[in-house]
Amino acid sequence: MNWFINGGILETKAGMLGDGGKMWLKCLEKVSGNSCKIHHLYYQYIGSMRIRKTWWRKLLVAWIVGWIAVSVWIFWYMSSQAFEKRKETLASMCDERARMLQDQFNVSMNHVQAMSILISTFHHGKNPSAIDQRTFARYTERTAFERPLTSGVAYAVRVLHSEREQFENQQGWTIKRMDTFEQSPVQKDDSVAEALEPSPIQEEYAPVIFAQDTVAHVVSLDMLSGTEDRQNVLRARESGKGVLTAPFRLLKTNRLGVILTFAVYKTDLPSNAMPSERIQATDGYIGGIFDIESLVEKLLQQLASKQTILVNVYDITNQSHPISMYGSNVSDDGLEHVSALNFGDPFRKHEMRCRFKQKPPWPWLAITTSIGILVIVLLIGYIFHATINRIAKVEDDCHKMEELKKRAEAADVAKSQFLATVSHEIRTPMNGVLGMLQMLMDTELDATQQDYVRTAQDSGKALVSLINEVLDQAKIESGKIELEAMQFDLRAIMDEVLALFSGKAHEKGVELAVYVSDGVPEMVIGDPGRFRQIITNLMGNSIKFTKKGHIFLTVHLVEEVMDSIDVETESSSRNTLSGLPVADGSRSWVGFKIFNPEGSSHTPSPSSSDLVNLIVSVEDTGEGIPLEAQPRVFTPFMQVDPSISRKYGGTGIGLSISKCLVGLMNGEIGFVSIPDIGSTFTFTAVFSNGCCNSNDSKPQKQRLKNQSNTMASRFQGMTALVVDPKPVRAKVARYQIQRLGIHVELVLDLNQGLSSISNENKAVNMVFVEQEVWDRDSSISALFICKLQKIDSGTKLFLLGNSLSSSRTNTATSGFYTPSVITKPLKASMLSASLQRAMGGNKGNPCNGEHPSLSLRNLLAGRKILIVDDNKVNLIVAAAALKKYGADVVCADSGQKAIKFCLSHLTNLMHASWISKCLKWMGLKLQG
Amino acid sequence: MLGWGVDRLRADMSRLLAILFHQGVLDEQFLQLQQLQDESSPNFVSEVVNIYFHESEKLLRNLRGLLLDREFSDYKKMGIHLNQFMGSSSSIGANRVRNVCVAFRAASEQNNRAGCLRALELLEHEYCYLKNKLHELFQMEQQRVLAAGARYPLQQQQQH
Repeated sequence: MNWFINGGILETKAGMLGDGGKMWLKCLEKVSGNSCKIHHLYYQYIGSMRIRKTWWRKLLVAWIVGWIAVSVWIFWYMSSQAFEKRKETLASMCDERARMLQDQFNVSMNHVQAMSILISTFHHGKNPSAIDQRTFARYTERTAFERPLTSGVAYAVRVLHSEREQFENQQGWTIKRMDTFEQSPVQKDDSVAEALEPSPIQEEYAPVIFAQDTVAHVVSLDMLSGTEDRQNVLRARESGKGVLTAPFRLLKTNRLGVILTFAVYKTDLPSNAMPSERIQATDGYIGGIFDIESLVEKLLQQLASKQTILVNVYDITNQSHPISMYGSNVSDDGLEHVSALNFGDPFRKHEMRCRFKQKPPWPWLAITTSIGILVIVLLIGYIFHATINRIAKVEDDCHKMEELKKRAEAADVAKSQFLATVSHEIRTPMNGVLGMLQMLMDTELDATQQDYVRTAQDSGKALVSLINEVLDQAKIESGKIELEAMQFDLRAIMDEVLALFSGKAHEKGVELAVYVSDGVPEMVIGDPGRFRQIITNLMGNSIKFTKKGHIFLTVHLVEEVMDSIDVETESSSRNTLSGLPVADGSRSWVGFKIFNPEGSSHTPSPSSSDLVNLIVSVEDTGEGIPLEAQPRVFTPFMQVDPSISRKYGGTGIGLSISKCLVGLMNGEIGFVSIPDIGSTFTFTAVFSNGCCNSNDSKPQKQRLKNQSNTMASRFQGMTALVVDPKPVRAKVARYQIQRLGIHVELVLDLNQGLSSISNENKAVNMVFVEQEVWDRDSSISALFICKLQKIDSGTKLFLLGNSLSSSRTNTATSGFYTPSVITKPLKASMLSASLQRAMGGNKGNPCNGEHPSLSLRNLLAGRKILIVDDNKVNLIVAAAALKKYGADVVCADSGQKAIKFCLSHLTNLMHASWISKCLKWMGLKLQG
Repeated sequence: MLGWGVDRLRADMSRLLAILFHQGVLDEQFLQLQQLQDESSPNFVSEVVNIYFHESEKLLRNLRGLLLDREFSDYKKMGIHLNQFMGSSSSIGANRVRNVCVAFRAASEQNNRAGCLRALELLEHEYCYLKNKLHELFQMEQQRVLAAGARYPLQQQQQH
């Protein structure tokens, strides 16, 4: 039974769990739905916080109340389930007991019936009877195991009154009454038989003739005389079935019992025989005494868990007064189950009532479950509450922060505007101060005053440049900076920058060089000013921190560099301009997007058409940037350390401006720096190609072309020999010389140079020898000069020197012949001037005068020009100047004359509105 | 002998020009003017300068008259004259005259009579100095041309 209960509990548990799972799922759905809604609402109400707050509170309260209700329901549901289960258990147990009791009773009844058949067979069927009291007693005694529930069996025979005497005589005793016996059941057995009165005269009698030993005292008692027995007997012979008495106290044992009575018939009656027929056929009655109490007890002892339930058996034939047959009469209004018992007697009704001994246990599972759910829900509610508060707080903070951010931004804008305005306002008077200082310097001042004025002017200039930088920074920060797009000559810009720094470089003895790759187009479209500013910044920094060695500015196409990446990384670090090691520039641009394969998808292919990707690098051999300062190089106003600005000046703003400008040019800037070796800054910039497809600015282009042509044309087709062992330096020299249209050959030393000159096939017009090579071995230099003079083909010799002073001293030692020295940095214009000087002034001068005039002549030749001026001198000068360029000049010294001339000669050519304009300007009226 | 004379004259001329340049009497406009002189107009510079002198004297006369004649000078007219003077001076590169003219005009614009008188005196002085020096220069030029006459017969003829 235990397993069953346990299993039942388990089952209920599983059911609960299943139910609970479903419920949880529902809850989750609900919660997630809620949260979705909440999110939705949250975003809807993002502006109005208060509404949301109250809404949240309501939701929270609803949530908690709802869940309290849910947990109460769960408690109720679970406890009712447990109750049901208990009830079911009780019912099943009760039914089982009832059934078993019924079965056992039926078995016993069957035995009693079997005995009735035995009696009818052996007592009535035989004559003389085969059974007497002794046989019967012995038989029943020995077959008592078959009827464990019957405490005794007795047989009463039917005796009619007419047969009484004969019967009494035959038996040897009188038929005795029973009712008195019943009234004094406590009497002793021995005296019972004697004390009993003989039965009064009746129509018929039913005296007991056989009885089991246990009930031997009932022999000779008339069963019909007892009320219960009489009824029993009558019913039994009418129905032909076993009938039961109401429970009563048994004789002797004083325990509750019932008597089962069967009728014994003379003949085998059909089952549908009439009651009267049955009465007629009745021979006797056999009765079994059932001890119900012991019967039930025995039964319960057979079953397990008998102690858990209380069993009561009642005879409820009389509905209003049920007779208790078994069980203590404990009044308990708790759970009770009633099972009907059928002992085979339709007249008698019995039932079994079962109750649990213990009161139902507390439904702990339900309590814990519901409380658990409640706790979880409260926790969730608390979390919600906390979250809401937190969100509100964070939002508040966020709002505050936004407010602060706005204010900060406004302050920043205000700062930039203030800076811009103030800078501008300072710049204007500063320019006045500078101009005045300049004028003051032109007056007669003594040396001290001159010095003071110069200092003042220098400071002023420094201030103006600083202000310009700050203004730039402010402009960049406020996003007001815009790039121009105009055509410019990149090489010219480079020359200008070079010229700007050549003075300083000379002072410091630093070699300065520029190299522009041949691939770079002559003209590009972009912002030359800003481009120059970037380069000037970088160069300025380089020259500031470089004490010896070189500064090398190179311009390449990005595509070229990409092609030569592998080659350049191989080249040794000694192969530099000044021979000092440098930081490897290629490392400064490895991080650039344009070089990375994924970034290159958008750049190189279209660049071939009209975009020019330039990569400019400035390499120096300065003191480098300390490693710890490298990450903040591009941060404005950030210098390596404060001592720098004391030592070198500057604000640390230049690089940040440069970075911004490079960004505006769609480029990137990067650097690599090794302390005590040098730094290399590299940046890329994107320009439009200004060479091939720009028709809009033709005159300008032509002019520029003319300019470069004038420089180039004079030396076109000449051949130059450059003697320089260093390929990099030689490359620079070749680049500059080639710009003049001169064909350049490179040789490594003077010996090679000699052989090259003496080669008859080649006419070398000029030889450029690196000062270093020249000074190294004076004997070979002398030999070289001798050779040159011997050949005497007008070959000019130039030395490429670093600074004036050194070249002078050295040439002094070399003695007899001083070749012209071209001081570096090399620039095409300067080179051309030096060459001109060396090639002979007479030859150069007319050229010089002629060339600018040539272009003007082209422009003016054959043009008809009317000059009108009331100043005769001016008129004549202007006329002469214009005539010189081949113009056809007509002079008029007054407006009147001019108009007359116009009318007579030019009206057919001039537009009418133009004439009227002329008239208006001159305040004249047409006459005629 | 002749060659030496030519060289010396040329050197003297250069020296004189250098002095004038150094003093700021002349500026590079004068050189430009000299460049305009070529075979087609050999005496261009002197012609222009003569016209300049002619015009300038007229202007100076007018200015003096305007300043001295009446109590209330016509400063506006004076300004026009000065503008003209300034323009022609710039054309031939008479730097200092031009500068004085600028000062003069500034004074006249402020109706500063005293300033104007001072400026006029200065202007006359500068003008005389310029005139003398240029005459000197032209004389030297003539001598040079004469000295080099054999080489340039055409020029010689035209001079006579």
